[in-house]
Amino acid sequence: MAKKSITININGTPRSGEVEDRLLLVHFIRDDCALTGTHIGCDSTHCGACTVLLDGTAVKSCTVLAVQADGREVSTIEGMEGAALHPLQEGFFEEHGLQCGFCTPGMIMSAKHLLDNNPKPNEEEIRCGISGNLCRCTGYQNIVKSVQYASNKIQESESVGGE
Amino acid sequence: MSKCKTSSEVGGMGHSVKRKEDARFIRGQGNYVDDVVRPGMVFMDIVRSPYAHAKIKSINTEKALAHPGVAAVITGETLKEYNLHMMPTLMSDTQMVLPIDKVCYQSQEVAAVIGTDRYAVADGIELVEVEYEPLPVVVDPFKATDPDAPIIRDDKEGQESNHIWHWEEGDKEATAEIFNNSDVVVKERIYIPRIHVASIETCGCVSEFDKATGQLTVWMTTQAPHAIRTVLALVAGHVGLQEDKIRVISPDIGGGFGGKVPVYPGYVIAIAASVVTGLPVKWIEDRRENLQADSFARDYHMDCEIAADKDGTLNGLRIKTLADNGYADAAANPSKYPAGMFSICTGSYDFKNAFVEVDGVYTNKPPGGVAYRCSFRVTEAVHAIERMVDMVADEIMMDAAELRMKNFIPKDAFPYHSPTGWEYDSGDYHAALQLAMDNIGYDKLLEEQKEKRERGEFMGIGICSFTEVVGAGPSKDFDILGIKMFDSSEIRIHPTGKAIARFGTKSQGQGHETTYAQIIAEELGIPYTDVSVEEGDTDTAPYGLGTYASRSTPTAGAAAAMACRKIKAKAKKIAAHLLETSEEDLEWEVGKFSVKGVPDKAVTIQDIAFAAYTNHPQGLEAGLEATHYYDPPNLTFPFGSYIAVVDIDSGTGEVKVRRFMAVDDCGNIINPMIVEGQIHGGLTQGLAPALFEEISYDEEGNMTGGSFMEYLVPTAVETPHWETDKTITPSPHHPIGAKGVGESPTVGAPPAIVNAVVDALSHLGVKHIDIPITPEKVWRAIHKKEVA
Repeated sequence: MAKKSITININGTPRSGEVEDRLLLVHFIRDDCALTGTHIGCDSTHCGACTVLLDGTAVKSCTVLAVQADGREVSTIEGMEGAALHPLQEGFFEEHGLQCGFCTPGMIMSAKHLLDNNPKPNEEEIRCGISGNLCRCTGYQNIVKSVQYASNKIQESESVGGE
Repeated sequence: MSKCKTSSEVGGMGHSVKRKEDARFIRGQGNYVDDVVRPGMVFMDIVRSPYAHAKIKSINTEKALAHPGVAAVITGETLKEYNLHMMPTLMSDTQMVLPIDKVCYQSQEVAAVIGTDRYAVADGIELVEVEYEPLPVVVDPFKATDPDAPIIRDDKEGQESNHIWHWEEGDKEATAEIFNNSDVVVKERIYIPRIHVASIETCGCVSEFDKATGQLTVWMTTQAPHAIRTVLALVAGHVGLQEDKIRVISPDIGGGFGGKVPVYPGYVIAIAASVVTGLPVKWIEDRRENLQADSFARDYHMDCEIAADKDGTLNGLRIKTLADNGYADAAANPSKYPAGMFSICTGSYDFKNAFVEVDGVYTNKPPGGVAYRCSFRVTEAVHAIERMVDMVADEIMMDAAELRMKNFIPKDAFPYHSPTGWEYDSGDYHAALQLAMDNIGYDKLLEEQKEKRERGEFMGIGICSFTEVVGAGPSKDFDILGIKMFDSSEIRIHPTGKAIARFGTKSQGQGHETTYAQIIAEELGIPYTDVSVEEGDTDTAPYGLGTYASRSTPTAGAAAAMACRKIKAKAKKIAAHLLETSEEDLEWEVGKFSVKGVPDKAVTIQDIAFAAYTNHPQGLEAGLEATHYYDPPNLTFPFGSYIAVVDIDSGTGEVKVRRFMAVDDCGNIINPMIVEGQIHGGLTQGLAPALFEEISYDEEGNMTGGSFMEYLVPTAVETPHWETDKTITPSPHHPIGAKGVGESPTVGAPPAIVNAVVDALSHLGVKHIDIPITPEKVWRAIHKKEVA
């Protein structure tokens, strides 16, 4: 099968490859780039374990072709931690927002998309914002609290920074 | 436990310390099976049957083998050369790994394609040509034993029908006598349907065989790595796999819930493929394969009867159950319990007598069933009794809470001997229900319901007061394939006072790395942050039966406490040596031994650990470590009372769980944060089958659905805000008084929700609705009655 040359900017690093048209973005991320934090739970866009940001928008990378991401920016869980943990990572830790950890990276990326667009969501908006991501362990309650924690933390640091 | 014995820095029992394992998970650095990559690794995909029952006339692999990237195709004939085409189930039945001449359920494994990458093998399975001749199917278990039903297991000698086993417990005659002499008899057929654990990670493995050394290493999604190693050695010993050269590694597991206990054919085929090819083979099932072919749970048809007096005294219970096991009895039960612990069905009530019988049958469906977040059929048992108690209340027009309070086993009756042979270790059922009622404002809810009913609105209140039976189990009764159900802990204290602890269990999200460290912190005073916990590698961890059925804390948690006590006994000798006194003159307080009456004269556990390697007394072995294999004297019996409040939209039939109060009693608590998290998750896995999830088949044996499009795992939107509280009744026989909690909410939530829905509709004459309570079922219940 003919291959195409692509370059995807993943977490700020250009990643190039020769790929088949049909290669899924999630397989490019996991297998070609060895970034295994992005998980696969269903391959039919239901579970959200493979959620990444594509040019800042949350997408399920099991239903995006790698060639569609050519020349674009992808953010995965591995890019979340800077000098410190991202407030969402900290929130999931502090509020016991995870158990087996399998849905967690996708959940955090969906929550990032939510907070980027709605920095102070109420509980209903959080539940709606993560409704494309299935978690079988937590019953979502502590995930909601984790996102609230991050929202508060981001607000606080912005108000401190603004003074 | 109101007060903690240790400081928050030590982090012993009762502290909500944050989880140690989370550091890797929040960074995406967990190591799940699909993250395992080996040099030269190839991939495997599986050809599956479109038919529920069919002869295989031919399998043509030519086109598949000609496809670029395909290296091999494995069929039943390939495996037959090694006598590996059949395998035993955990219940000592047999099951095909790959078929020779017929398939017995839809999505059954038919052949496997090995190739260079995921895409090549996915192409390859499309190119394997299989010619089938469809056979008549058995779908309805009630028709499975009809004289004209096709015999599914004609491969088994002497198997002349689809009946597998009959099992009964209790006194049949005495129970019949009670039924003859009671004022009120209430009957109902209750179906608890097939469901699936649907862990977000599916199943899979990477198998690597070194031809030169004969070493087999398998990374696999298993909740019971040690048992798997032994099973592999037993079934494949004849082809040269011996147990000392088999290493099973259970890496991070993305949810198990019982679904990762069985050995699925895919694992065996991948192992065989790695032995045959000499290459590491990765097999990861997709979601459809996971839902369509892996073991189901439940699927019990229960004919239930309760005999009672007019005043609400419960006298007798009788349940006759048909268990649909599918193509093979591949249930995950202890060997002597074909129906698991279903006989716990007298629940929290002091019945005079009871009789329970279960018959297992074969049908053309995937084999099973697993104990999905359930101690071996206790979910079915609790569903039956908690529904029936409500039906009695409805029949005699008594409040459902009052009826429960009247019939609870009183707290001074423990240890309580149930009519079906269980010895309940401890309980205080009245206190738990009272707390739930007080918390939710039960009386006010009844008033609200009355007002709403007058306005034509549908609101219901449902109670479930369950008793669990967990921690299998005492070796005199409990084994799996002959291996006794103890569990183990091996603890080594390093010279600098840090420790490593290894266990025979395997966390799948339960937080063992934290809770086990806290037990050790509690016992030895070593901060939990100084204790590394390892599980899941059979080369390093002590032998144990694994994690399922809420058994980790009751068994391995107890083993940790006992191993610590052995270490403490030796530490005391070293302390006496260091303090130049006798052992009798020493006393222990958290983390140190001191001379009685001279508190300043003390040595810490860290001092002692250092001395164990640098200055141990003559005549005493160096080092500070211990191993304990804990054989529990009894099971533990967690309990709780749940109250659900539902509102029903009469126009659409939609049920909304407005409030849900869960009072749990799991004995002494190790980490309250983790316990509460387990309860949230378990409640959500109880909500799911109550309202949404079911695996069903059409009359041809086709699974209707089989993806997340139809199998409705609840999202954050459908899941209510859970309210939780607790009572604490320690287990009298467990070393730290703990009981196990993971499955209580999954067991207790469904009947509370069903009871609430039926309560909302009871004035229309509705007595019972089988789960899942879909909007359609509710709408029909409302409108049929309204039309009539």
